[in-house]
Amino acid sequence: MKNKWLLLLIGIGMAIVVGFLSKFTFYSTGEGENMVMHNWLGLTAAAILTLGIFTFLYKDNPFYKFAEHLLVGSSAGYTLVIYFHNFVRPNLIDAVVNGFKKVGEMQSAGTYNFVDSILKNGGIWAIVPGIMGFLILFRLSRKLGWLSRYSIGFYMGTAMGIAIPVAFQASIIEQVRGTILQTATTTPTPVFNLDFFAALIANPSWSAFVLAVSGPLVIIGIFCTLIYFFFSKEHTGVVGVFSKVGIWFLMLGFGASFGATVMARISLLIGRMDFLINDWIKGVILPLFGG
Amino acid sequence: MKEILRGFLKIDRRWIFLFVLLGVLIPLATGKGLHHSYPGNEVKLVYNFIENLQPGDIVMLSMDYDPATIPELDPMSRALLRHCFNKGVRVMALTLHPAGAGICIAVIDELLAEYSQPGINPDGSERPARQYGQDIVFMGYKPGTDAVMLGMGEDVRLLFPQDYAGTEIPPYHGDPKETSLPMMCDVKNYNDVKCVITISGTRMPEYWVAYAYQRYHVKIATGVTAVMFADYYPYLQTGQMIGLIPGMKGAADYEELINHPDRGMVGMLPQSIIHLLIVAFIILGNIAFFIVRREDKQEGKKGGKKK
Repeated sequence: MKNKWLLLLIGIGMAIVVGFLSKFTFYSTGEGENMVMHNWLGLTAAAILTLGIFTFLYKDNPFYKFAEHLLVGSSAGYTLVIYFHNFVRPNLIDAVVNGFKKVGEMQSAGTYNFVDSILKNGGIWAIVPGIMGFLILFRLSRKLGWLSRYSIGFYMGTAMGIAIPVAFQASIIEQVRGTILQTATTTPTPVFNLDFFAALIANPSWSAFVLAVSGPLVIIGIFCTLIYFFFSKEHTGVVGVFSKVGIWFLMLGFGASFGATVMARISLLIGRMDFLINDWIKGVILPLFGG
Repeated sequence: MKEILRGFLKIDRRWIFLFVLLGVLIPLATGKGLHHSYPGNEVKLVYNFIENLQPGDIVMLSMDYDPATIPELDPMSRALLRHCFNKGVRVMALTLHPAGAGICIAVIDELLAEYSQPGINPDGSERPARQYGQDIVFMGYKPGTDAVMLGMGEDVRLLFPQDYAGTEIPPYHGDPKETSLPMMCDVKNYNDVKCVITISGTRMPEYWVAYAYQRYHVKIATGVTAVMFADYYPYLQTGQMIGLIPGMKGAADYEELINHPDRGMVGMLPQSIIHLLIVAFIILGNIAFFIVRREDKQEGKKGGKKK
């Protein structure tokens, strides 16, 4: 227990020192040149932490753990500060304080009675969502946890009320319509259109072929995939054939997603390597040795 | 031979990591990138839309991403801003991601420095210097995704009474000479912007479609990470989005279209090398697997005959 507190103190101390020192800049790029200010300590700390995370590729180790925990902790702390300054302070603290100030001014001017002056100041009412937000913290208590249910219930209710109509329209109605019709064109045409086949026969080309077969493919794909998820009948005979075709469509979809995922993950690696090579090694390390 | 093939099947994954590392390090260290990219149709749709806008038109650019997705999404933001600055299209920038403000500021500052002097566009036309307040305004971050999107449909001043630097947003149709943000005199809500472009590594484009497009019918274009773009093709096909920039490849495509190679093009060389490497490993692994399995079966049969 004592060690945990010690580690916590060391961590906080290191964060303060690194944050403080990273503000400073240190060296010039050479004789006769203008002083080019480099935040070399910040870049070096970032580079060392990046390498620390990469050490996991060899095997788990304390250096990786330290970097991982620092990332999680600093991310949580950063988000908390951002939310406080962008949300809690202007929308709750400032609003309520300014509201009470105005009430005081109205009282001293004698223009409104107390109740009217409160009703006239919308800012004061921010105290109601403030209390409701505070109630959520009671989730941490076993005895008083029930208090948080009112806030969560209110939040879920309003969020669902706002989200369901638009999400239903955007993600269900429009998508079903888009499965039946080519809605992106100026004059929507059916996805399965015999005119496309007539155009293909009259003027064979790759684009005409794609246009003609894409509609039937969409219909076959949707039908067979739905059959695959139809569990009220055993997947044998004709149902089994359709189900297997459905699996093929699913596998094609998953394959495309997997390829895209590889591309995304490699992009992240490229980003980190780009930082290590161009920002850190070329920007910080080499100039230190006159490079 | 069989032992070598078995070795392929039992190869320590750290050897693969090493190959991937070298495949990324070598092209990046040499600073070489791809010379050309072949833009996809979905990227051309975004490009053509902005290309057909008139100088002075306004687009809303929502950079809804955090440091984790910078390698893929930052090149898109830069390419889009360059295109807008080249065309004289004005940009109202904002972020709906808590960690996005610092990234937006870095991108905008860099682009404003690049366009701080009059210059010549890639097509040969002249352009004046671009200035903060006149050609671009950064509104900052605002929490409450859906509420912000709905609120901006009424009046952006309800959500953003000040810009990121704390400068008061002038009244709609106010006197441009009396403010340092004259561009904002022409913006009240979505009716005054030609489209919303959301660059995101989250599900934010779905929210933009649901709240801004469905409710206010503003056009939505989006740039997303590669891992997400397959999810957004249906929105493109239904016309709920006017275009889509997918991952680093999309960023490289856009750089090709505006004739300004940058980080997207540089990143696509190691990207291509690693893809080839992975395909080669998959093919080798499969060949080894089938040969070893066939030989094991044959040995099993021989063993059976001996009995």
